[in-house]
Amino acid sequence: MTEVKTTSVEVRLPSRLGYEKVAMSTAAAVAKLMGFKEERVEDLKTAVAEACINAIEHGNLLNEALSVGVVLSTVDDTLEVKVIDDGKGLKALPPKPDIDRKIHGEEDPRGMGMFLIQALVDEAEWVKGSNGRSSYVRLVIRLDKETE
Amino acid sequence: MQTETKARVDQLTSPAGHAVAVLRFEGDISSTSKDAVLGTYQTLPKATTKIVLLDFTKVDYINSSGIALVIQMLIEASNSAQKVYAFGLSAHFTKVFTMVGITKYAGLFHDQAAALAAL
Repeated sequence: MTEVKTTSVEVRLPSRLGYEKVAMSTAAAVAKLMGFKEERVEDLKTAVAEACINAIEHGNLLNEALSVGVVLSTVDDTLEVKVIDDGKGLKALPPKPDIDRKIHGEEDPRGMGMFLIQALVDEAEWVKGSNGRSSYVRLVIRLDKETE
Repeated sequence: MQTETKARVDQLTSPAGHAVAVLRFEGDISSTSKDAVLGTYQTLPKATTKIVLLDFTKVDYINSSGIALVIQMLIEASNSAQKVYAFGLSAHFTKVFTMVGITKYAGLFHDQAAALAAL
């Protein structure tokens, strides 16, 4: 039987913008230990940062009494990151941003975060918490043995 | 926790003889960077500034709020008939700018010399 190695690292962040960089650094350190290439580490850093910013701003509404949980779990060659806040979760995923509409003032210039998350990791899902709390986004990035 | 964004402007002339306003950024570009990014851009006289070159060489972190500020600048530049270009982005942020479509409205160059040579 093949042994499955699992590891878990947890970080709690204050709901204050800027602290997403702590989660970025932690995720980068774990990914490097797993052997991810620099390019994928950078992808992960941006995805984790955007997930934390969403949790701080929209989940916890910048309430510094609340914290954002970041749980990094590794199973073999897969890194899963859960970013947990105290919000109710997403009602629906926003539409893909359209740069032409933004430039012509037909769409808010903001709103790139979730698009970047989806584009930069292998899997991303937004899960509503039970009782309207503890919602989370789950990101998965895999070490590609062909190219890593 | 966020590194303050610094910005300054250099006025250069390209080898082809065009006046180029170079906005040099340093630090993070995030939600707190509005004054540094848009404020500095808005100090440029619109009547005489037709080419704006953004220098990201000393920028390590750009998040979606920072990208939104760059897009706001592109909107203002588009409305003022200015052309915007950029250089000095890391390979990762070159990919991100391409993904979100910024490269459709702001040409990217590897470094300042390559940018000026093309302008």
